[in-house]
Amino acid sequence: MIPELGHLALILALFVAVVQGIVPMVGAARGNPAWMALARPAALLQFALVSSAFLALMQSYVISDFTVLNVALNSHSTKPMLYKISGVWGNHEGSMLLWVLILALFGAAVALFGGNLPATLRARVLSVQSWIALGFLTFMIFTSNPFERVFPPPLDGNDLNPLLQDPGLAFHPPMLYVGYVGLSIAFSFAVAALIEGRVDAAWARWVRPWTLLAWIFLTAGIALGSWWAYYELGWGGWWFWDPVENVSFMPWLMATALLHSAIVVEKRDALKVWTILLAILAFSLSLIGTFIVRSGLLTSVHSFASDPQRGLYILLLLCIAIGGSLTLFAVRAPALKAGGLFAPISREGALVMNNLLLAVGTATVFLGTLYPLFADAFGVNVSVGAPFYSVTFVPLMMPMIVLMAIGPFLAWKRADLAGALGRLKMALAVTAAVALATWYLHQGGPILAVLGMALAAWLFLGALSEWAFRIKLFRAPLADSLKRAWHLPRAATGMTLAHAGLAVAIAGMTASAAWQSEVVRYMQPGESVEIAGQEVRFDGVVASQGPNYTRDVGHFTVFAEGRQIAVLTPENRLYPVQNMPTTEAAIRTTGLADLYVVLGDPDGSGGWTVRIYYEPLVPWIWAGSLIMVLGGLVSLSDRRLRVGAPARKRKTALAKA
Amino acid sequence: MTRKKKRMVMVLAGLGGLAVAAALVLTAFEQNITYFYSPSDLAEQEVPHDRNIRLGGLVAEESVMRLDDGVTVQFVITDLASEVAVTYKGLLPDLFREGQGVIVEGRLGERGLVADEVLAKHDENYMPPEVAEALKEAGQWRHGEDGQ
Repeated sequence: MIPELGHLALILALFVAVVQGIVPMVGAARGNPAWMALARPAALLQFALVSSAFLALMQSYVISDFTVLNVALNSHSTKPMLYKISGVWGNHEGSMLLWVLILALFGAAVALFGGNLPATLRARVLSVQSWIALGFLTFMIFTSNPFERVFPPPLDGNDLNPLLQDPGLAFHPPMLYVGYVGLSIAFSFAVAALIEGRVDAAWARWVRPWTLLAWIFLTAGIALGSWWAYYELGWGGWWFWDPVENVSFMPWLMATALLHSAIVVEKRDALKVWTILLAILAFSLSLIGTFIVRSGLLTSVHSFASDPQRGLYILLLLCIAIGGSLTLFAVRAPALKAGGLFAPISREGALVMNNLLLAVGTATVFLGTLYPLFADAFGVNVSVGAPFYSVTFVPLMMPMIVLMAIGPFLAWKRADLAGALGRLKMALAVTAAVALATWYLHQGGPILAVLGMALAAWLFLGALSEWAFRIKLFRAPLADSLKRAWHLPRAATGMTLAHAGLAVAIAGMTASAAWQSEVVRYMQPGESVEIAGQEVRFDGVVASQGPNYTRDVGHFTVFAEGRQIAVLTPENRLYPVQNMPTTEAAIRTTGLADLYVVLGDPDGSGGWTVRIYYEPLVPWIWAGSLIMVLGGLVSLSDRRLRVGAPARKRKTALAKA
Repeated sequence: MTRKKKRMVMVLAGLGGLAVAAALVLTAFEQNITYFYSPSDLAEQEVPHDRNIRLGGLVAEESVMRLDDGVTVQFVITDLASEVAVTYKGLLPDLFREGQGVIVEGRLGERGLVADEVLAKHDENYMPPEVAEALKEAGQWRHGEDGQ
């Protein structure tokens, strides 16, 4: 009964989406306030319906209702509760439902908090949002219904892919989806503005917090995903330039560019056309990301079952969404009035460079990701891996990092480059010292490592110097500086944090790429191996039983300078339902480096193959990402960006009067 | 500078950026793309020895051998028409088994392929599409088998 109610809720949501997609839009064109006002209740109703459908599916998972095909295929009665719930989105149909849920949630949020938006803009934004929902709902209802029943019901389910049964991965997809779908708001705003024919500072102030929110979740989602890959796949790597990683990375790059160009629209009324285009492209890349990988067009661990009917529908949907919005852009964009002028060397100029490099960088990732698809059409079978990206994407990002430290020092409109560099003297000196030290300590090492560490130091110090400059640190009494720090706009502090966080992450990426060491060895119990000054002793393997798997647990003792510093227990698990083994690496982190142990295969006489990595600075990658997320949150709390803030201000102004 | 001139500067900067990127991409494609071969391809075609290639097929039954050092593994990849010997030093993926479809990446040496990466999909019924294609070409594909 409950699954049927869920299915019904989905169909009703489809009808609501049709109404919400047409009536307010027509109302806005005709200036009919009643028709426009329909958008808000419709958006809320749509959210209520989609969440009922989602809860219905979740209920079927929680009680292990195997009469529902989706549950039977992806769940199992012995699975821990957390993974029963995360199993809801661990498959194609369920993940689509989650997508629509988040889409409806964002629509409802605009309806609720959009009180101070001009009525026509709000009506149009909600209508566009509803068009997207319409596309997804028809896709689900006609090709991937999560509530399909199966008869006769199986005695037990097929279980969720054991690789996905991990706390990190339970929350990775929802986070990434909030990021992907959050960009739909920027998209809806862009399309609505094109229809409306007007983009101004107020528009940018509205788009920025939504984009920022999406960016925060994308950053967190990508970091979580790479962390999962690092400890779960047992390869000691954290980024593989796998198609599925790339398609989450491209919207992130675009969202980053959008965040920065929206500042220019807001402050200087320039770059409007470009910002609209970025908003459209960012969401288009999210769509491509969701669909191309999920549909199995590109080979990846994440692709679910592929089905030609779905593929065709997806292609059609992509064509309509992306082609339609770009056509609208081509027709309407020339009508947007060009805004403020600026010299090439200025804050705007630096932000344009940032956008240019990010956009071109995205293009290289896009080419690398999709090239195998094109080549395949011509019968050539190729793969594009890390070497491609390290000679295309990485060099493009280097000048951007250099500029990132300088840009915030430049004034709007026309800036004094010499003055800005003068304020970065200290940073430059320390950067040179870091570069020399790196070069000296690792002579004969890769030159890129020296460059990477220098860039990280430059960006970190540049970000901090700008902050110190703003609060007049050491140039005014300390109490005065602290007061200034307290009163600094939160957006400025957020920027400093985000830039510094990226610097920390770059240091981690560089170090792990340049100085990772690895030992693969066949070991008997009692034997030891040395890596990076530590001694790792293999004590043996004990078999035991987990909740829904059996496991072999390896015991390793780590010594440094003769003292025992840690015991590591990597596991090999076997999930009997899917007859699938997984590897659980054991990691000891000091914050400066990870010691990473993976158990291999037994030889039958007590010996095991063992792989041990020493990974310097790897934890900094995630620490840096965390700082970036924190920076985003601080910036989001800035009162100028707070959703609905102008309304409150107006009220207090009235009260005062 | 006039508005028009400024716009020109922007456009030229943009084009410059794109040109640099295009140059990077083209040279990178030339050198960094990995081509995929089946064992039959290797038997029939001249394949360069100085760059990485990918080879896909089934791990031949009873071909997996561990050398005395305990970490070097030798096995044979077959598309049931031709065979190629593979040497790999390191930990095999969890789902590496005889009879399973795998993809290996590495360079051709004197005696077969020296792999630096072995990929087995994380699902026992899964067959990498490249491997399925190679098997079809060798005329060894039976539909419905191996889960596809």
